Amino acid sequence: MTALSRSFRYAESEVMAYRRTWRGTVITSFVNPVLFLAALGFGLGQFIDGGSEANLSVPFVTFVASGLMAANAMQNGAGDGSFPVMAGLIWRKNFHGTITTPLGPADIIWGRLIWGVGRLGFTLIVFAVIAVVFDALEIGPALLAIPPAILTGIAFTSVITAWTLTQDDGRSLSTMFRFAIVPLFLFSGTFFPISELPEWLEPVAYLTPLFHGVELVRKIALPDADATIVTSLPMWVHFGYLLVMATAGIYLSVKLLDGRVRE
Amino acid sequence: MSESLVQARGLTKKFGDFTAVDAVDFDIQPGEAFGFLGPNGAGKTSTMKMITTVSPITEGKMTVFGLDPASQGREIRSRLGVVPQEDNLDLELTVAENLYIYGRYHDMKKPEIMPRIDELLEFAQLTERRESRVEPLSGGMKRRLTIARALINDPDLIILDEPTTGLDPQARHLLWDRLYRLKREGATLVITTHYMDEAEQLCDRLVVMDQGKIVAEGSPRDLITRYATKEVVELRFGEEVKDQAVLQMAGLAERSEVLADRVLLYTEDSEQTQDGLNQKGIHPEQVLVRRSTLEDVFLRLTGRGLID
Repeated sequence: MTALSRSFRYAESEVMAYRRTWRGTVITSFVNPVLFLAALGFGLGQFIDGGSEANLSVPFVTFVASGLMAANAMQNGAGDGSFPVMAGLIWRKNFHGTITTPLGPADIIWGRLIWGVGRLGFTLIVFAVIAVVFDALEIGPALLAIPPAILTGIAFTSVITAWTLTQDDGRSLSTMFRFAIVPLFLFSGTFFPISELPEWLEPVAYLTPLFHGVELVRKIALPDADATIVTSLPMWVHFGYLLVMATAGIYLSVKLLDGRVRE
Repeated sequence: MSESLVQARGLTKKFGDFTAVDAVDFDIQPGEAFGFLGPNGAGKTSTMKMITTVSPITEGKMTVFGLDPASQGREIRSRLGVVPQEDNLDLELTVAENLYIYGRYHDMKKPEIMPRIDELLEFAQLTERRESRVEPLSGGMKRRLTIARALINDPDLIILDEPTTGLDPQARHLLWDRLYRLKREGATLVITTHYMDEAEQLCDRLVVMDQGKIVAEGSPRDLITRYATKEVVELRFGEEVKDQAVLQMAGLAERSEVLADRVLLYTEDSEQTQDGLNQKGIHPEQVLVRRSTLEDVFLRLTGRGLID
């Protein structure tokens, strides 16, 4: 078997398990993003767009919908890199069994990523279609924005997988969500341009990964975006940031999993 | 190269300063059931992990199927069936799906896997549970499923690490029965255990391990003949008379062991030994005569019991 087909074999087992567990993921993957879009995009948007100081060149719901594509990818990607990894390593020890077959640690990591790409793709298509139906996004650019959103998700999956592989129990995972993922979700430009942040906080936002995900997705989903909506950073900066993050995360994940299961 | 499936020379595993496996030699031949008997922490699991190529060798040499575990691990694993000490079944999948995915990991195609699943479920007596999820199965059923899963690729060598630990007696006997059947069909089994009855029943040949070293090797019968006597007379005394009684016993048996709760007399003729006790006026509270077991072998070799 080639390395690629071994990874696909592993991904197959994830697909098989998902057929039984997808119900549990409906809320976080599909319902929550739409609720955010409805409450903040449409609800709050009514006030913002109607106000005299409206300063976005697109309707607020369009702004939020484009940002949510990346933020949604982050949340799903982070979810994929945390609890299932802890289960495979400690709770259920599936990884320990898998490596007694011809598959190895690298095949597990790549297989999980292949599966992650598929699941993110599906989740994002559903979200994009809903956003288009509600007239928040246009179909063409919305679909084009899916690959960069997937890259955002995978960058998070890989780095959080690596981090999870250094942990020994589930408590730290909840802490990570509370103190890393939730603040990123709120302050990376998903719901308001980061230029609205206090001046000292703005440079910090530039360093965070979701900011680059949101910017990249938005620049593609909203091709006519002006300076009221996106920064002037070139797209390759965002792309490069996410690519380096994903690559480093995958490299570390393989190393760390190898160290944890092949004592 | 010899025909051994596994050949180890000076095989050593260290974790930092701790030596888990200390320069052991062994050969496992095709068609035999080979055991590693020893207490917890003797280095059995570390040895198994080196054979299954999931743990790198620190020192020494080993070949599995004549291949090198460090560079040909994948090829070795494709011919192994591994039953780990702790179940690691996929709880989200059904019984049949657990077998299916391991078939896929072993590069089998669906038309090959499906009939194999039928056979293995039959073998593991889980046919009725085919579509049920793994989580609610009993401990014995999970073990049998784990064994079935290890057989999906029709392995040349089956590795069982403490196969019946944690099972109730009935489930153990059912499992032993299945392993017997594999033996009869000519499979090569490697079994680690800290249960002497398991080793006695299942193993053609075994090594006794203690603190990372192999302290004896042979068939169960062999070892008992070599290191113990035919029979053992077990005596229990009241605390206050025990020491006095032990002093008086000299010469009644070939060898004796004084344990915290009882005295063991190793003898070829238990009646003669008991007569001797009577003649010397030694009257224990309880007398039990039994044949020697591997437990006695272990006690003789290490001065300690198998299960602490």
